[in-house]
Amino acid sequence: MDEALTMDEALLRALTPRVLAILGRRGAGFAAAEDAVQDALVEAVRVWPDDPPRDPQGWLVTVAWRRFLDATRADTARRRREDRAEEEPPPGPAPSVDDTLQLYFLCAHPSLTPASAVALTLRAVGGLTTRQIAQAYVVPEATMAQRISRAKRTVSGVRFDRPGDVSTVLRVLYLAFNEGYSGDVDLAAEAIRLTRQLAAVIDHPEVAGLLSLMLLHHARRAARTAPDGSLVPLAEQDRSRWDTGLIAEGVGILQAALARDRLGEFQAQAAVAALHADAPRAEETDWTQIVEWYDELVRLTGSPVVRLNRAVAVGEADGPRAGLAELARLDDSLPRYAAVAAYLHERDGDAGTAAALYAEAALKASNLAERDHLTRQAARLNTRGGRRSGVEGGDA
Amino acid sequence: MAKYLLLKHYRGAPAPVNDVPMDQWTPQEISAHVRYMNDFAARLEKTGEFVDGQALAPEGSWVRYDGEGRPPVTDGPFAETKDLIAGWMVIDVDSHERAVELAGELSAAPGAGGRPIHEWLEVRPFLTAHPTVTE
Repeated sequence: MDEALTMDEALLRALTPRVLAILGRRGAGFAAAEDAVQDALVEAVRVWPDDPPRDPQGWLVTVAWRRFLDATRADTARRRREDRAEEEPPPGPAPSVDDTLQLYFLCAHPSLTPASAVALTLRAVGGLTTRQIAQAYVVPEATMAQRISRAKRTVSGVRFDRPGDVSTVLRVLYLAFNEGYSGDVDLAAEAIRLTRQLAAVIDHPEVAGLLSLMLLHHARRAARTAPDGSLVPLAEQDRSRWDTGLIAEGVGILQAALARDRLGEFQAQAAVAALHADAPRAEETDWTQIVEWYDELVRLTGSPVVRLNRAVAVGEADGPRAGLAELARLDDSLPRYAAVAAYLHERDGDAGTAAALYAEAALKASNLAERDHLTRQAARLNTRGGRRSGVEGGDA
Repeated sequence: MAKYLLLKHYRGAPAPVNDVPMDQWTPQEISAHVRYMNDFAARLEKTGEFVDGQALAPEGSWVRYDGEGRPPVTDGPFAETKDLIAGWMVIDVDSHERAVELAGELSAAPGAGGRPIHEWLEVRPFLTAHPTVTE
């Protein structure tokens, strides 16, 4: 993909919600307007490289409106009804920032399943094509198209002008961020862009908290994977490869949010990430403060997964025995429980128990990179000193 | 969303309730069975949950590397192989409960006498390629 086309794509995606809002203001329903805008985007990708428009937004509005009228006419003809589509669009008021905000709320509407809300947000707010979203989620394009059109039907009765709950929008953006990237679309970067755009139209400390959390995690991305694709745990990452620009931005946004004294879970998670980012070496991590932030997170969410992470932090702050004591109070069917137990037992000097637990954790891992990492941990402990134990019947 | 493999076995699965081999069904019963499977896949396409569905020939060969510069060794088929995969469907669904629900429906495909086969299907979650971004 050449540079010019990439720039056009960025512009296209940024213009998408505005163009959609303009069609909405002219009286087009959400589902039909969204289809028309998607058609216009596909057309733009085809035409712009050879014939760039002087007014990209005007071009998109014209083409999308034309598509909307064509579709409406075809629809009307099919139903043998009188053609009522207006040839000349009513001017309508200019779209405002509120239109973009309403679009976020609509696409994250609580009546949608999380997967549908993410897909709809990426398309209607993010301007990604169905094909790109399908590639990112590794499903056939037809499947993703159906998922999106069902989502649009689900929200078709929702009024465009009702204020929504910002926490549902944040959950959707966080889900997209956590997909990372596969295919040619970087969903983490896209989620950051959409969260920045949201932060520009709504003043809310948790939006800032999520943006900060994303930036702080994104800053570590290059260090998180080895050249062979294997996972590098936080403590072993080459911290010189962390993106200091993103870290500074994330910390700045977080500090401004925390100063407003309306703590929420994303701000607290960002605070943990910021404390990791602040340590020049893993040994210098301020685990005592991290435990305090986990206390806040437990208070805010009550989540057992947060308690599990807190047990790790306690193990670092007060020693592995203290961490194991915390762990003993939790349900051992929690995801990653065995991995955490393995880590704490190894730190406590019990390599045999740790190796068995790492192997058990590998069997329960839900993704390949994590499974391989845990298997390697078990193998490392089983083959120390060149000896081999376990399945091959060694002498350890 | 998570992907699941619904695995159908020629052999190796526990016996179904309606255990009459397909070659002893009437042609109409076979047609009804095929239609059920196609309708099921088409319905999942509409709900945005379908990823892939394939059937496998019962016979194949075993192949392994035999050293630098040599052609691979082939062998089989082995009549004694206990587990034989007949085909699969891959679905992308919101929950494990949904995967089980759909496997249950697929297992109700009609067989002899037009009654559900009640065959055992294996439901296996996919390992995703990447961990979540946040650690």
